[in-house]
Amino acid sequence: MADGTTTIPAAAPEEKRTFTINFGPQHPAAHGVLRLVLELDGEVVERVDPHIGLLHRGTEKLIEYKTYLQAIPYFDRLDYVAPMNQEHAFCLAIEKLAGIDVPRRAQIIRVLYSEIGRILNHLLNVTTQAMDVGALTPPLWGFEEREKLMVFYERASGSRLHANYVRPGGVHQDLPPQLVDDIEEWCAQFPRTIDDIEGLLTDNRIFKQRNVDIGVVTPDDVIKWGFSGVMVRGSGLAWDLRRSQPYEIYDELQFKVPLGKNGDCYDRYLCRVEEMRESTKLMQQCIKLLREAQGPVLPLNSKFAPPRRAEMKSSMEALIHHFKLYTEGFHVPAGEAYAAVEAPKGEFGVYLVADGSNKPYRLKIRAPGFPHLEAMDYMCRGHMLADVSAVLGSLDIVFGEIDR
Amino acid sequence: MTQALEDLGAHIRASMTSAIEDMKLAFGELTLDVRADQLLTVARFLRDDPRCRFTTLIDICGVDYPQRDKRFDVVYHFLSMHLNHRIRLRVMTDEQTPVPSIASLFPCADWYEREAFDMYGILFANHPDLRRLLTDYGFEGFPLRKDFPLSGHVEVWYDPEQQRVAYQPVKLAQAFRAFEFLSPWEGMTLPGDEKATKDPENARG
Repeated sequence: MADGTTTIPAAAPEEKRTFTINFGPQHPAAHGVLRLVLELDGEVVERVDPHIGLLHRGTEKLIEYKTYLQAIPYFDRLDYVAPMNQEHAFCLAIEKLAGIDVPRRAQIIRVLYSEIGRILNHLLNVTTQAMDVGALTPPLWGFEEREKLMVFYERASGSRLHANYVRPGGVHQDLPPQLVDDIEEWCAQFPRTIDDIEGLLTDNRIFKQRNVDIGVVTPDDVIKWGFSGVMVRGSGLAWDLRRSQPYEIYDELQFKVPLGKNGDCYDRYLCRVEEMRESTKLMQQCIKLLREAQGPVLPLNSKFAPPRRAEMKSSMEALIHHFKLYTEGFHVPAGEAYAAVEAPKGEFGVYLVADGSNKPYRLKIRAPGFPHLEAMDYMCRGHMLADVSAVLGSLDIVFGEIDR
Repeated sequence: MTQALEDLGAHIRASMTSAIEDMKLAFGELTLDVRADQLLTVARFLRDDPRCRFTTLIDICGVDYPQRDKRFDVVYHFLSMHLNHRIRLRVMTDEQTPVPSIASLFPCADWYEREAFDMYGILFANHPDLRRLLTDYGFEGFPLRKDFPLSGHVEVWYDPEQQRVAYQPVKLAQAFRAFEFLSPWEGMTLPGDEKATKDPENARG
């Protein structure tokens, strides 16, 4: 390989018999396309060198050539497990630079769907983590619920996965009342499903053998390696952007921040399960607020939101505005801003540099999984080969966002 | 919040007079322009000072301004979980001058710097392992530079004769179309308009 494996010493001393294997890029436990170059001494991992970029699509470059509105769908394709959370961060960055106020109803809908995204993500992660260590039933049960949630995505945005629903200034369309009722109904039955999945895993002997005391991260190292999200909370540090730097309506909502104690894979699993329960409660609160807060979901009379269809039938200005918005797009004043949300995997940030035109000058996506995967070497050293997949599963890796 | 950041900025500036060239507070975010040779000192100060405690490195990224002499900005984002505030550092550099690597202070800087090197060709001095990160093995060029074309220079295809994936120069089936929708109504004079508006100041209604 041109610049891949050259760093491995060619002439290792004779008595030290390490050997190198490739884990991936096609491996069911690699959660996508990850090539890990593992250096093993017997079955003990001596060094891990993740080779990433196999899913690199140049999102940041592509966005520089698109108007702001055209750039939103790229965010669905980053962490495709919880698409709307990413769009949300991007829209927050635009709103920060352009000074757009988001109507209350839109804020509630955003939070509601962020929490749906969190459950979508945690369901996938918890169950595939179980699959990585040998259980097959949890994914089947979890995916049934995921499917129902994706229907809620579809009923709001028209698309199961790549929603393109959050817009600068709000969300694309209002939710129909029936959908809100159905989400409420779902919230009522979902804790039972979590109980079922927990019944399979939490006290399962094999699951615990594979996860307890594996991949322990101390609070010091959490900070050193720039972790965020569950990786921080699993080690007992109470850090949640929804709590410490609240955005939208999170400061009005009641929720707990579940913390782990030991910072191992098992505690991270417990945190995720608990977060799903909290998210369900958050969704129920949002539904209650949503019924009280009627009103627009996009700012009215704004340069950043399209005019209503009915207006366009009678007003020439509205028609021009609509045409200009969807061809030229809106202009964002020059400046730079960083906006972050507590995505299910951790802090998802968008650093936006605008030059006053209709396209971003530079957009850097700060993916939470990136520093987590970077710490693979540190976390896996001294573990057995079989633990690599357990650690990887608990890191919550999705390659869409790491490779961008 | 803004007041606290202002105080913090003043505090850092007072302690690091020689290193900090400029300070800006915009959109509730504090940005410091740092001299490249002083970056390590500033980063260490930010990490250890009891009023800063920016122990978490959030992100490092490059920004390209090809018209500038020092064409790259290297932008660092730090977060303090202890004191719940953020800061942004900016360092300028060009294609040849390396920026000191902060991987010795923040281990997670390793990959971020590799990415900046991969995407922009920004060099980092004393980096433990400055390889390409996201692009393919043997990739040439720096894709996020503004002078790198969106379509790239090469494309991959499966060569049935060699029975392997091979590179060839990009052949676009349809010419690349850059849609320029920038309005001719704002900030631009249409041909003939200059006759109507001798004095552009008063002509704007």
